[in-house]
Amino acid sequence: MLRGTIRNLAIAAALGATAAVPLAAVVLAAGEAATPGAITIDNFTFNPQGLTVKAGTTITWTNKDDIPHGIASTNNAFKKSKALDTDDSFSFTFTAPGTYQYFCYLHPHMTGAIVVEAGTGSGGGH
Amino acid sequence: MSEFDQRDGLSRRRVLECMTWAGTGILWTVSGGVPHSLGLIDRAVAQETGGFTFLQISDSHVGFDKPANPNALGTLEEAVARINAMPAKPSFMIHTGDISHLSKVAEFDNADRIIGQTRLDVHYVPGEHDFLDEERKLYRERYGRGTKGAGWYSFDASGVHFIGLVNVVDLKAGGLGNLGSDQLEWLEDDLKGRSASTPIVVFAHIPLWTVYPEWGWGTEDGARALEYLKKFGSVTVLNGHIHQVMQKVEGNVTFHTARSTAFPQPAPGSAPSPGPMKVADDKLRTLLGTASIAFQPSKERLAIIDSPLQG
Repeated sequence: MLRGTIRNLAIAAALGATAAVPLAAVVLAAGEAATPGAITIDNFTFNPQGLTVKAGTTITWTNKDDIPHGIASTNNAFKKSKALDTDDSFSFTFTAPGTYQYFCYLHPHMTGAIVVEAGTGSGGGH
Repeated sequence: MSEFDQRDGLSRRRVLECMTWAGTGILWTVSGGVPHSLGLIDRAVAQETGGFTFLQISDSHVGFDKPANPNALGTLEEAVARINAMPAKPSFMIHTGDISHLSKVAEFDNADRIIGQTRLDVHYVPGEHDFLDEERKLYRERYGRGTKGAGWYSFDASGVHFIGLVNVVDLKAGGLGNLGSDQLEWLEDDLKGRSASTPIVVFAHIPLWTVYPEWGWGTEDGARALEYLKKFGSVTVLNGHIHQVMQKVEGNVTFHTARSTAFPQPAPGSAPSPGPMKVADDKLRTLLGTASIAFQPSKERLAIIDSPLQG
């Protein structure tokens, strides 16, 4: 009896685990396709911190913190944003391939990078 | 006996550090670089120090209205009311930056209107929140007249040499606060030829010493500034930015950070990020406040009193 219960639990757990993996993958892919260049700022962190997109993709940073942040390119490769208060956004369209390092000019320990690959399209596409 | 005294001193210091951490008001005196506590403050102790006192106010963040404190202007008003109620009028005030939250004209106007009610001379240094306007001119027009570079300067008061530094411009990716070589050269020059017995007070927004680099709490080239200050017998470094009281003594240098009048921030590493810390409404005012610094040349000692808005 006890043995059986344990085995059933184990099977249920295994099923749950296998079911969860593809589900998570699907959700992630859908999210990427909907907003190919979305970066949120949460808890003084760029999320995702590294992002690879196709040339021509518009990146939008949105501040979800209760404190302002500002986006600046490490080597002035793109214009810096105004200070972003809570829920404010900043967008920039990256047309030239390359690696773009950036940081928060209020809190410079916050850093991120965008890799722009050659080719056209919306970035998250096939 | 001396061994016992030493041990006693050490443990007492450790206890004091804990108290400072918890934000308890403490009266410190510094004699020959060694801190001694005069005990927990009773507000009346402030009077006993007599002599030359000045106030430190910091991180007003006028314009901040998030859950951690929906009325940052109101708590600044409370701080000013407390300053005006002090039995002995301080000689002047220093403001260690983040006067405004977003460098808006109305924020600076409101800050000036409230702080002006103290009728004290105020010596400002900027925080990173004061340089957010497009041309970075609002701070300089209002507070930076007669200063060098982005707003650094020095002045003398009652035999003490005061130096206001700017460590919030030209910040580098991945780095901490930054003074820059122009300012460091000016500092070296400013200190040249001054007698080692001149008491020095340095004030800047971001801590000059490394408090917690993971949160950017420190100054990249702060050690160079401290190198120039080495020969002086009494150096006090006053900072803001981290919205909590913290103190460290290294040789002849006492480092001290003041509370904000707007919102508290978490102790280093105690939260996922240094963002504004939401606390129970009845606790907020125990974590906000100002500092009063007393200097008595005849006794060669300096006392810092941290006063919360409540408690």
